[in-house]
Amino acid sequence: MPDLGKYAAEVLLAYGVSIAILATLVAMSWRQSRRVRRDLEAAEARKNG
Amino acid sequence: MSMWEYANPKRFMSWTGPVLPWAFGGAAVCLSVGLIWGFFFTPDEARQGSTVKIIYLHVPAALMAINAWIMMLVASLIWLVRRHHVSALAAKAAAPVGVAMTLIALATGAIWGQPMWGTYWAWDPRLTSFLILFLFYLGYMALWAAIDDPDTAADLTSVLCMVGSVFALLSRYAVNFWNQGLHQGASLSLDKEKNVADVFYQPLLFAIAGFVLLFFALVLLRTRTEIRTRRLRALIRREGQ
Repeated sequence: MPDLGKYAAEVLLAYGVSIAILATLVAMSWRQSRRVRRDLEAAEARKNG
Repeated sequence: MSMWEYANPKRFMSWTGPVLPWAFGGAAVCLSVGLIWGFFFTPDEARQGSTVKIIYLHVPAALMAINAWIMMLVASLIWLVRRHHVSALAAKAAAPVGVAMTLIALATGAIWGQPMWGTYWAWDPRLTSFLILFLFYLGYMALWAAIDDPDTAADLTSVLCMVGSVFALLSRYAVNFWNQGLHQGASLSLDKEKNVADVFYQPLLFAIAGFVLLFFALVLLRTRTEIRTRRLRALIRREGQ
């Protein structure tokens, strides 16, 4: 861990907030993609009998 | 083959499937290199101390916040002129990614501003135009959600996107033509005198490449989801008849 001096709180907060936002965005996009894909496969299976 | 054929939903799904893992992989590599290099292996700046490390998040996020809106504008214009459904869906898919980038830029800017300017927020031209851009993103997403007919929603959001482009460009150029406010000039410049020092610039380029690739990967993933959602709705409608 580098010595961040008197600004350690600000730097760590900036990294923490940004990584949390990016991780939430990726996780939500991925989860939504999987859910829609599964629902579409089920609907197509029903359509094809 | 015309480039427009790649915008055909079936063809779009077939070419984006294999590209997606490479885009996410490239984003992960570039982001890891840029952020680890920047955070652990760059020195403090003489005046800003260790807060200079925030540049590896703030600058790429701000860059993508503006460019995401420009991408949405191009896609919206293609929808209005050529009625390509995939372009309208790509614009819709890019909005949540753009809003996340704008939020990161605003949050890291505020956190950086407190120790440097003595305040989290000032009604500075660049900060204010960024806040308005953020509100435009929210309005754009709300408009898509509020209208049932997808073609009408695409038409109206395209018009909103054109109006919001004024603020996207203002966010980019506000520091150039308004010499007031707290925000410094652009961090990146072709003029070596004005550009950030090489020791910060090299990891910054990796971080920017990481944000660009992540944006690209997320827009592809979310556009694929939008195409599937549209197909799913059509099937459910047919089942109900």
